[in-house]
Amino acid sequence: MKAETMEKVLTQETLKSDFTDKIAQESDQNVYLCYQCRKCAAGCPVTYETDYTPFQIIQGVIYGQRELVLNSKMIWLCTTCETCTTRCPQEIDIARVMDAARIIAQREGIKAKYPEVPAFFQTSLQNISWFGRLYEVGLIMMLKLRTKDFTKDVGLGIRMFLNRKLKLTPKPTAFREVRRIFKKIKEIEEAS
Amino acid sequence: MRYAYYPGCSLHSTAFEYDLSMRAVLEKLGIEYEELRGWICCGTSPAHCSSKLLGVTLPIKNLAIAEEDGFRQMIVPCASCFSRFKIALHETEENPELKEKVEQVLNYAYQGSVEVRHPLDIFYNEVGLERIRESVSEDLSRMKVVCYYGCLLTRPPKAVNFDQCEYPMTMDNLLRGCGIEVLDWSYKTDCCGAGQALALTNIVVKLSRDILVNAKQVGAEAVAVACPLCHSNLDARQKEIEQTYKLSLNLPIFYFSQLIALAMGVDKNKIGLQGHLVSPFPLLKKIKSTSSSARPSRG
Ligand code: SF4
Ligand code: SF4
Repeated sequence: MKAETMEKVLTQETLKSDFTDKIAQESDQNVYLCYQCRKCAAGCPVTYETDYTPFQIIQGVIYGQRELVLNSKMIWLCTTCETCTTRCPQEIDIARVMDAARIIAQREGIKAKYPEVPAFFQTSLQNISWFGRLYEVGLIMMLKLRTKDFTKDVGLGIRMFLNRKLKLTPKPTAFREVRRIFKKIKEIEEAS
Repeated sequence: MRYAYYPGCSLHSTAFEYDLSMRAVLEKLGIEYEELRGWICCGTSPAHCSSKLLGVTLPIKNLAIAEEDGFRQMIVPCASCFSRFKIALHETEENPELKEKVEQVLNYAYQGSVEVRHPLDIFYNEVGLERIRESVSEDLSRMKVVCYYGCLLTRPPKAVNFDQCEYPMTMDNLLRGCGIEVLDWSYKTDCCGAGQALALTNIVVKLSRDILVNAKQVGAEAVAVACPLCHSNLDARQKEIEQTYKLSLNLPIFYFSQLIALAMGVDKNKIGLQGHLVSPFPLLKKIKSTSSSARPSRG
């Protein structure tokens, strides 16, 4: 029957995909609430540089467009400024949806449109798990090794050092507990 | 009331002047505080962008230490740490399953007895403008400043619950209370590019330019901030912004606590001003000479 077909096409059940479920679970958000007002796109500070706007990412999630979302520039350009989340009239926490997409992309080893962004995340986390705190000198050096960009920011690093803004010796604090936390979380995440 | 003080990684390194000036103001106001024993990094964006559980567990771990030590309030000056604490609390409240996992990782059930507070909130709502005004000894009335709150102090409002999210006034009112001329402008809560500083610098250069240009347009001579990331993007990157966009800005960026400290007569050499890449000293000299030369003519 015709009416039945129509209804089928328009329900959440037919739109449901593994990818949509995964994002929903990871972000704890109901993306189907989106009514396409595009306020999230209008307020986002990085839309001038992006391929897809936050609104299009939300729609991509609804329609199960895994490749589009995970291969987008948007999820890596996002500065986590929370403007979209603040302004969404449907109270979708869009910034958490962006988090979820980044988490899934990193977990599944997807090559990021801007590889320097996940490199920055991973390097920072390694720093934190080693020292319990984030030490900028170690971070900048490790980041340069990872992204093989040795010239970027070296001038600024030297100027900041001369102004005594960067300290060169990290003081390990409570690092054993931090390492235990990292290990335990990895276990829990691998089990689920 | 004795407060726990959580400096976070930045205040122990790139933002040491925020730490110095914050402590100076806390002492001037007679606020008792103690640095949180064995604190660890809040995880900042690398954590919540890579693992939800990690992004929530690291802040809660610090709150658990504060709770065990019997603190009821914790001062968190770094806007980025502040936001991570508030969001972690909000998310564990909304999601019992997540809360359970955090407890499992920490072997500790956090009871929620510690309130996370930004110093702007404490100065404005606890100390109050009247006492701030009474503590002011220096004349900074010839300094024109805009207050930049950035993203994370006010957003998302349901988690942070601090001031008006689109046009906050707490810092403006505090600095006015210190006798500073505070101007209205349009970029109070726009994003400076934040943590993209070490990954996608061109984003930071563009967004920070927009902010500094608007500050300049309304006639500001300096910008006040409350976040180490904002400070490094607006101060340490300013030269690169000027070169990239062929502009002359020369806008000193102060932590709001440095301005309050100056107004309260703290020695300008003791609040880390020499660490700034855009030197604030010419401006401080200028307002001083205009104020002393203006004084006799005003009688
Ligand atoms: S602001 Fe919310 S409702 Fe509007 S388009 Fe974006 S996600 Fe959809
Ligand atoms: S949180 Fe990300 S997606 Fe949302 S407005 Fe900010 S930059 Fe754009």
